[in-house]
Amino acid sequence: MKKEFSTIGKHIIREDGWEKVTGQAKYGDDFNFPNQLFGVPVRVPAVHAKINHIDYSEIISDPDLIAVCNCSDIPGSAKIGPIRKDQPIFCSERVVTSGDVLSLLVGPSREKLLQLREHIRIDYEPLPILSDPSKALEDDAVLIHPEFKTNLIVHYPLRKGDIEKGFQQSDEVIEQTYTTQCIEHAYVEPEVVIAIPMGKHKGIKIIGSIQNPYTARRIVASVLNWPLTKVRIIQAELGGSFGGKDDTMNILAARAAMAALKTGRPVKICYDREDSILESYKRHPYVMHYKVGFSRNGKIRAMKIDILADGGGYASMSPFVTWRSVVQATGPYEIDHVWTDVRAVYTNNPYTGAMRGFGSPQPIFANESLMDEIAIRTNKTPDEVRRINALRQNSITASGQKLTSHDVNLVTVLDRAVEETGFSKKWRSNHTASCGPHTLSTGSEGNGDDASKLILKENDFIASSDLFKKGIGLAVSYRGCSLGAEGVDAAAAYLSVQPDGSAYLVSGLAENGQGLRTTFSMIAAEVLGLSVADIYYLEQDTGVIPDSGPTVASRSTLMGGAAVKEAAEIVRKRLEKVLMDHWNTTGAAEFNFSDHHVYATGPPNQRIRFPELCEMAFQKGISLAALGWYAGPRVDWDEETGQGPAYFTYVYGCQVAEVRVNIGTGEVYVDRIVAVHDPGKVLNLLGAHGQVFGGVTQGAGYGLWEQINSLSGQIQELNFDQYLIPTSNDIGEIVPIFIEGRDKYGPWGAKSLGEPTLELTAAAIANAVRNATGRRFFNLPLNLEEIMLGRKLINKTAMRGSHV
Amino acid sequence: MKFSTIKFELNGKPVEIEVPPAMRLLDILRETFKLTGTKEGCGIGECGACTVLLNGQAVASCLLLAGQLEGTKITTIEGLVHDERMNLLQRNFLECGAVQCGFCTPGMLLSAYALLQKDARPTTDDIKNAIAGNLCRCTGYKQIIQAIQKSTESLSDPDQ
Ligand code: FES
Ligand code: FES
Repeated sequence: MKKEFSTIGKHIIREDGWEKVTGQAKYGDDFNFPNQLFGVPVRVPAVHAKINHIDYSEIISDPDLIAVCNCSDIPGSAKIGPIRKDQPIFCSERVVTSGDVLSLLVGPSREKLLQLREHIRIDYEPLPILSDPSKALEDDAVLIHPEFKTNLIVHYPLRKGDIEKGFQQSDEVIEQTYTTQCIEHAYVEPEVVIAIPMGKHKGIKIIGSIQNPYTARRIVASVLNWPLTKVRIIQAELGGSFGGKDDTMNILAARAAMAALKTGRPVKICYDREDSILESYKRHPYVMHYKVGFSRNGKIRAMKIDILADGGGYASMSPFVTWRSVVQATGPYEIDHVWTDVRAVYTNNPYTGAMRGFGSPQPIFANESLMDEIAIRTNKTPDEVRRINALRQNSITASGQKLTSHDVNLVTVLDRAVEETGFSKKWRSNHTASCGPHTLSTGSEGNGDDASKLILKENDFIASSDLFKKGIGLAVSYRGCSLGAEGVDAAAAYLSVQPDGSAYLVSGLAENGQGLRTTFSMIAAEVLGLSVADIYYLEQDTGVIPDSGPTVASRSTLMGGAAVKEAAEIVRKRLEKVLMDHWNTTGAAEFNFSDHHVYATGPPNQRIRFPELCEMAFQKGISLAALGWYAGPRVDWDEETGQGPAYFTYVYGCQVAEVRVNIGTGEVYVDRIVAVHDPGKVLNLLGAHGQVFGGVTQGAGYGLWEQINSLSGQIQELNFDQYLIPTSNDIGEIVPIFIEGRDKYGPWGAKSLGEPTLELTAAAIANAVRNATGRRFFNLPLNLEEIMLGRKLINKTAMRGSHV
Repeated sequence: MKFSTIKFELNGKPVEIEVPPAMRLLDILRETFKLTGTKEGCGIGECGACTVLLNGQAVASCLLLAGQLEGTKITTIEGLVHDERMNLLQRNFLECGAVQCGFCTPGMLLSAYALLQKDARPTTDDIKNAIAGNLCRCTGYKQIIQAIQKSTESLSDPDQ
C-alpha cells in the first residue's frame, strides 16, 4: 500500500520565515557585544612576495589600536587545511595570493583601523608570479610551496578497460579542449565572525556566518591548541553560502579567537565586499582535453580525459573537488574503455575550493558539448545519442560500479524533458537554419588604414527579422550523493518531545538558507503526526549536538534527514510501548500517528491525543528525548586505478535550454529552461522548487556572464559593479519537474537536489547556442566576445570599477 | 571630526541626531538606531540589500549620507510591521517560497512595496524592473516575482 503523507511533499512555509521577512532574523553582523572590538586585516599589495619586514612604528602607540595579532601569537597550528596543512592563519615570510593576510589590527573603531592600516610600512620583494596552471608542472616553474617540491596538489587516475582497443573499435574520433573560468560564490552577505572570550574554564564562544560549525571548531581548537569542548561555535543566520563560507570562515574565526584572547574582549571581523571577493576561495577553472571514439551508430567506445584544475595558492578542497570530477568526468554513460587523469596544481591565483556543483559543472560542460558533436557527426539528435549511451538499471559506471540499489532514472528524466519541450523537432529545424555570427564584409577587425573599408556595404546590415537565432540544447548528468569515498559520512539529530506534545529539534547539519530547518521539522512532524508548528528548531551550537560532518555535497536531506527520522522513530517506539501497556494490547498492534492523535489501527480501535500520551509517558518516567544517528553505507575507491563503488547512491537530471542569440552583438537570451530532476522523494515541495530556480539561475550566470579574471594573480572584479550575477531581468521562464525515483537510502528515499540543479545549466545553454549559431564554443562564459570572436578579450592594463 | 545636527523622520517618528555629515544612512540605521533589518551587501549601490524608503522611493541607504537627510522621511522594514500592504507582501513572500537565506529579503520587500504604493497594478515587467537593483543569489527571483504579483492581485480589485 502506498503510504499517504500528511506533511511530507506538501507546500510548507519556512519555519524561520517570519523573522526573515520582518528584518528580525539575526545575521552575523547584527550581533554586537559590550566592549566589542573590531579586527581589520593587513595585506601586502603583492601577489607573490617575500616579506622582509613589517613596520608598525607609526601606529603602534595610537590609542585607536589596541593590539596587533600575527603568527607569533599562535599557540597551536600555524597552518591549516582540510587535507594539506598549507594555508597560514597569518602569513609571515611569504604571501602567495593577493588575498593573503599578514596580521590583524584590533581596536574599537573599524573606520579608524582602516585609516591606521595606511600607515604600516611593509618591506617586501616581489617573486615571480605563476598564473597559468598549464605551466605549473614545468621543470622551471616557480614553486608556490617549495616544501612540497612540486606544484602538483593531487593526481587522480581512472583506468577502465583497454583504451587503445576502444579507439581501434571506433569508426570516428573527436578530440577537443574545453576551458571554464574562475567564479565567485557571491553570497549577498559578506563574511562576519565574532569571538567572545568566556573566561578561563569556559573557553571561547564564536558566532558567525559559518557554513560548517564543526570544521570551524576543529580549526580554532587546533590553532589555539585547546580541546574541542572549549570552542563553542554558534551559527548566525547565514546570508547565503553555496559552499563558500567554509575555509575562509574557519580562518577568520581563528583570527577573531586569537584577538579576543589577546585583548580579553569580544572581537568582530566583518568583511566588506572587496575583502570578501579578494580573500575568499572560488570555483576551480578547468582545462579539459577530451578524446572520444565512437561507432557510426553513435555508441561510444572509448573516452580519454585529461583535466587540469587551477587550485590557486592553497590546496583547500582541491583533493575533494577533483575527486568528484574523476568519478563523473565521462558523464552518465556506459563506456567500456575509459582513461582519465585529473590533476590539481598550485598557482598564484586566488585559491579555489568548494562551490555548489563541486567539480561537476566543468566536466559536464565538456562532456555534454562533446555528446552533441557526436550526435551531429552520426546524424542523430542529441537525445538519441544520449539514449544509446545512457546509464541504465544495472549499468556499470566508469569507476566499475554496478548501479543496482536505486532507480536509475537517467533515460526517464531525459524523455520527460524532451517531451515537455518538443525537443527533437525544434532542434532539427534550428539546426538546419543556423548560421555563424555576423561578419562584416570589411573584416571585423579592419584597422582603418583603408578608409573605404570602414563603410558598411549593403549586405553588412542584418534585417531585423534575422537578428535573433533560436536554439535549443540539453544536458544530462548523474551525481553521486553525499561525500562518497571522500570522507566519513554520518550525521546526528536530537529530538526532545515535551510533556505537552511540542518538541525541540536540532541536527548537526547547518541551515545555510536552503531551508534545512523546515525540511527536518517536517520529517519529525510526519513521523509523530504533528504539524511543523509544533517543532521548535534550536539554534546550531557545537556544544549541543555531535559533529555531523560538513553541510556540503547536497547531503543534508539524505544524511541529516535520515538522522531526524531515526530520532523521531525512537521516540515513537517508546510512545507505542507506553500505549501497548495502557491499552493492554499485544505486540502485534499497529499505530497510526496523525493529526496530533495516535490511533490503534487494529483492535482495540482506540485513540488518544498526542499531548495526553506524552504527559502519560512523562509521568511514567519514560524519556522522550532521543539522538538519531545515521551513518552512510560503505563506499570504496582504489587510488591507483580509480575503480570502486564511489558513492552509495546517485541522482539524475536533464535540463533543456531554449535561447535566442543576437548574431549582431553576441548576446544570448535565455527564454526557458526546463529542469527535470530525480532527487528521490521530494520532501519539501516549495523548498525543492526554490532550489531549482536558484540553482538554474546560478548555472546560467556561470554559463553566460560571471568571471573572475585574475591577471597575474590580481582579481579584477572586486564588487558587484564588475562581477555580474543574474538579476530579476536576466532569465526567462524556469520549469521544475520532479521524477521521484525509489531508493532504499535517505528518509523515504529522499536524496539530493541543491547541486544537480546548477551543474547542468551552462552545458545546456552552450548546446542551445551551438544549435542557434551553428558554431561550437569551447570556453565559458559564453559572453559577447566569445560568441562574436570565439576568444576572450581581456584588458591587461586598465583598472576598472572599484579599482579606480 | 565635525558633527552636524540632523532632523528627519524615521519610521513615522521625528528624530534628531548628531553625526558626521558624511556618515552613511546605512550606518546611522544599523549603528545609531540599531535597526539591523537593513543589510549591507556591497556598499556601492549595486546589491540593494540596504534598500530603504526615502519619501516613499526605494533608495540604497549605503549611498545616502547624513547631510542629505534633513527634512526627509525614511522608512525601514521595521517601520512597516503594522502596515497592511507590507504584511500582505510578507505573507505572500512566505507562501510563494520567495525567501531562502533571507539576506536580500528586507530590501526586496521595500522595493516591491515602493512599486505597489505607486502603481497597484504593475505588469510583470514593471515588477522585474522594480527589483532589478536588488540582487538575490538564492532564489533565482521567480518566487519573488510571483509573490509580488500575487500581492497586486489581492490588492488591486477586491471584487475580482
Ligand atoms: S549595500 Fe547598498 S546597494 Fe549594496
Ligand atoms: S534569499 Fe538569499 S540572497 Fe535572496
